[in-house]
Amino acid sequence: MVTRLKEVDAVIIGVGWVGTVLARELTRAGLHVVGLERGPRRAPSEDFTLPGIRDELKYAVRGELFQDPQMETLTLRQASSETALPMRRFGAFLPGDGLGGAGSHWNGMHWRYTPFDLAARSHLTARYGAKAIPEHMPIQDFGVSYEELEPYYDRFEKLCGVSGKAGNLRGRKIAGGNIFEGSRSHDYPNPPLQRSLAGDLFATASAGLGYHPFTAPASNASQAYVNPEGASLGACAYCGHCERFGCEVNAKASPNSTLLPVLFQESRFDLRTHAYVRDLAYDRQARRVTAVRYLDTRSGEEFEQPAGLVILGAYVFSNTLLLRISGIGEPYDPATGQGVVGRNYCYQSGGGVQVFMEDREFNPFMGAGALSVAIDDFNGDNFDHGGLGFFGGALVSAATTGGRPIQTRPLPPGTPRWGREWKAATAKWYNRSFSIGGSGASYPHKDNYLDLDPTYRDALGRPLIRMTYNYRDNDRRLSAYVTDMAAKIARTLNPTHIASAGARQGDFSVIPYQTTHNTGGAVMGTNPKESVVNRYLQSWDAHNLFVIGASAFPQNASYNPTGTVGALSYWAAEAITKTYLKQPQALVDA
Amino acid sequence: MVGLTAAAVTSGEAAAQTAGPEAPSSVPAPEPFLALNATEAAFVVAAVNTLVPADDLSPSGADCGLAIYIDRQLAGAYGAGARLYRDGPFLRGKPEHGYQLSLTPKAFFTAGIAAANDWTRKTHGASFDALGEADQIAVLKAFETGAAAFDGLSSADFFALLLGLTYEGFFADPLYGGNRDKAGWKMVGYPGLPAVYRDAIAKFKGRKYPNPPQSIADFS
Repeated sequence: MVTRLKEVDAVIIGVGWVGTVLARELTRAGLHVVGLERGPRRAPSEDFTLPGIRDELKYAVRGELFQDPQMETLTLRQASSETALPMRRFGAFLPGDGLGGAGSHWNGMHWRYTPFDLAARSHLTARYGAKAIPEHMPIQDFGVSYEELEPYYDRFEKLCGVSGKAGNLRGRKIAGGNIFEGSRSHDYPNPPLQRSLAGDLFATASAGLGYHPFTAPASNASQAYVNPEGASLGACAYCGHCERFGCEVNAKASPNSTLLPVLFQESRFDLRTHAYVRDLAYDRQARRVTAVRYLDTRSGEEFEQPAGLVILGAYVFSNTLLLRISGIGEPYDPATGQGVVGRNYCYQSGGGVQVFMEDREFNPFMGAGALSVAIDDFNGDNFDHGGLGFFGGALVSAATTGGRPIQTRPLPPGTPRWGREWKAATAKWYNRSFSIGGSGASYPHKDNYLDLDPTYRDALGRPLIRMTYNYRDNDRRLSAYVTDMAAKIARTLNPTHIASAGARQGDFSVIPYQTTHNTGGAVMGTNPKESVVNRYLQSWDAHNLFVIGASAFPQNASYNPTGTVGALSYWAAEAITKTYLKQPQALVDA
Repeated sequence: MVGLTAAAVTSGEAAAQTAGPEAPSSVPAPEPFLALNATEAAFVVAAVNTLVPADDLSPSGADCGLAIYIDRQLAGAYGAGARLYRDGPFLRGKPEHGYQLSLTPKAFFTAGIAAANDWTRKTHGASFDALGEADQIAVLKAFETGAAAFDGLSSADFFALLLGLTYEGFFADPLYGGNRDKAGWKMVGYPGLPAVYRDAIAKFKGRKYPNPPQSIADFS
C-alpha cells in the first residue's frame, strides 16, 4: 500500500551538493521543499569526530560512507556483444550515500571548467576543421558558456571557502596562479594551502621545463572562514584523511559543513532521510512529473509525494536510472544513435608516474585532499593536438593527499609483494616517494553508455543500471601522452627510480580505484535529439523536472567535477526562481 | 590531547591497583579464534609468519596479531559478506569484473585453506603449517602466481585475499587486533593519530617526523 502525502511545492531527490544548493535557493524563494535522502542523517559533530574518524580500515577500505552494493549496484560489460556482470563490490569508483552524499567524503579538489571545456565541439571544429572530430565521438557543447556560468562558479567557491590563487583575474594573467584558467571576476576567498615537499619539487621541475605550476584550488580551507551563509569552516589540519572520510574540523567544504547548518534552521525545508526513491510518476500528456514515490527503509512503508517541482539531484547513475524506470525521455540506442537517456557516459583517462628518491623524506601522511601543485600546460586544448591522434588533455599534478598505510605503500617495480625483501623495501620507500599524476579528460564514444540490465536487480526490485564501457583509442593515447609528460618532469629531478603508475591502457576494470568522476547519461545541450535536459538543466520531456549533476556533462573534462556541479546547481536554481516559477513552462523551445 | 592524558592516568592507576600477588601472569593466554577452526588457524598463523617474517623491522606476523586480525574480520560483517552484492546468477566473468562468486569472504577463505592444505599434502606430503620455511615460501609463491592447481578454486585468488587481509592487519589501527604494538606503523614511520600537522608540514618538510605512532585507543 502506498500512502499518498499532501502536495508540496518542490521535492528534491538526493541531499548532497545539488540537493542542498537547490534546497537553500528554493526555500529562500519561499517554496516549501521536501528533501529525500536515501541514506542516514550524518552530522560532522557526531559522525566525523576524533579519534574514530582516523580509521583507515573502516572508512577507506570497508567504505563506511559509500553506497552499499547490496542495496544498489551496477553491471558492467566492455562491449554491447557481451553479457554484463554485477559490480559485486565497488572498486573503480565509490558512489556516496547518506546526508551530504559524496560531498561529505570527497577530497575537495575544486575546479572550474574552462571556456574550451564548456564549448569543446565548437572550439575543436573551429581549430581543427569540421571533420576533425570522429563520428563515433559525440563531443558536444554544454549549451551554457563559461562567461554565463562564471558568476555561479564564483558563488560556489565562496560557499566552499576555496583556497587558491587566481591566475586570470578579469583578463589579467597572474604568475603563480593558473594562467590557463578562464577569466575570473574575483580571486579565491582564501589564500592557497601550504605546499608539501612533493609540491615544491614538482613546481621546480615543471617550471624548469618552461611550464606554469600553481597551487591547486582546494575546498580545504587554508584558514578559518565564515561563508556567505554564515557557516564556519575551520582551518585545515593537513591530517591526510579527506577522501573517503568526513572532516572533523569542517575545513573541507561539504554540504554538511556549508549549507545544512542553515537548512536545519529553515522551517520551509523538510528533510527525510532513509527515503529511498523508487520512481517518479510521469504524466506524458501534460509533460510533467506529478509525484515522487519512495520507500522509508526504516519502516518498509511506501509513500507518494506529489510536488509542483521536482529536482533530480542524485548521483549520475541514480539520475539515469530514475529517468529510465519512470519512462522519461527516449532511451539511447547505440545501433541507431537515436535516443538520449544513457548517452555520453564518460569517466576519466590519465596516468602518471611514481617517483622514488632515496635521499628525500616526503612525510606523505601530512597532506590534504586537495593539497596539490599542478600544471595546465597539457590540459584541454592548451597545446596543439595536430597529429596527436586524440583530443582533450590532463591536469598534471603532484598531490599529497595522505599516506594512509593500508592503501599507500609505493614500491619500485620488481619488488616482491611479501617476505623479508618486501618488508625492507616497504620500510625504505614509504617515506621516500611521491607521485605525479595526470587526471585526463574522458570524451564520449557512441558505444559507451548506460541502460537497464535485463537480469540483475537491486534491493527494491528494480533493474540495475548496466554500464557498457571501455577505454577507447582517445583515452589510451591521451593516457600514454600524459604519462610521458609526467615522466619527463620527474626525470629532471634525477630520482632513484621512476615507475609508470595507473596509465589507462588495456580494458577498463572494476577492481582498482581510479576516480569517482562518472559523468553523463542525462546530458545538457541545445538540442533535444542530443540531450536530456536543456541549458537550464530542465528536462525536455517534463518541464517541472530539473536533472542536475555531473549526469549533465556531455563529456568529462580532466578537472574534478564538483566545482562545475555546484556552478550548474546555482545556475539552474536561478533559472527556476527567477523565470520558471513565474511561468511554469519549458524555458527553451524544443 | 586532554583525553589522552586522562586515559593514560586511568590505565596507570588501574595497573597500580592490580599489582601484587593476584596480578595476571606476564605471559598472556593464547587468544581463542572465533571464525577459524584449529586447522584453519594453524594455516593462517604459518602463512602470516611467512608473509611477514620476524626480523629487525618487526616481530612475526602472528606476533603482530595478524592471524587474530584475519580471524576477527572473517567472524564479523566483512566475513559474512557485508557490502557484497550476492544476487545471482553467478557467471564466470573476465578478470576485470572482479569477484563473481556466491561465497562470502569467510566461506571462500576457508575453502581456500582446505584446498591449499590438500595441495601441499599432495605435493609436499604435509599440511602447509607443517612445512619448513623454505618450502612455505616456495608454496606461497606457487599460490601467488596461480601455478598451484587447487581443486575447485584459483590459488591466485585465494592468495590475493590472504595477502590483502595480511596487509590490512599489519597497517590498520591496532583496535582490530593486528598491528600489535603499532609494529606496522613503526616499520614504515607512520605516526597514526591525531594527525594534526598544520605547523608540522612546514617545520618537518624534507625531514623525518620523529614522533612515535599513536592509535585510536591512545585517544579514547
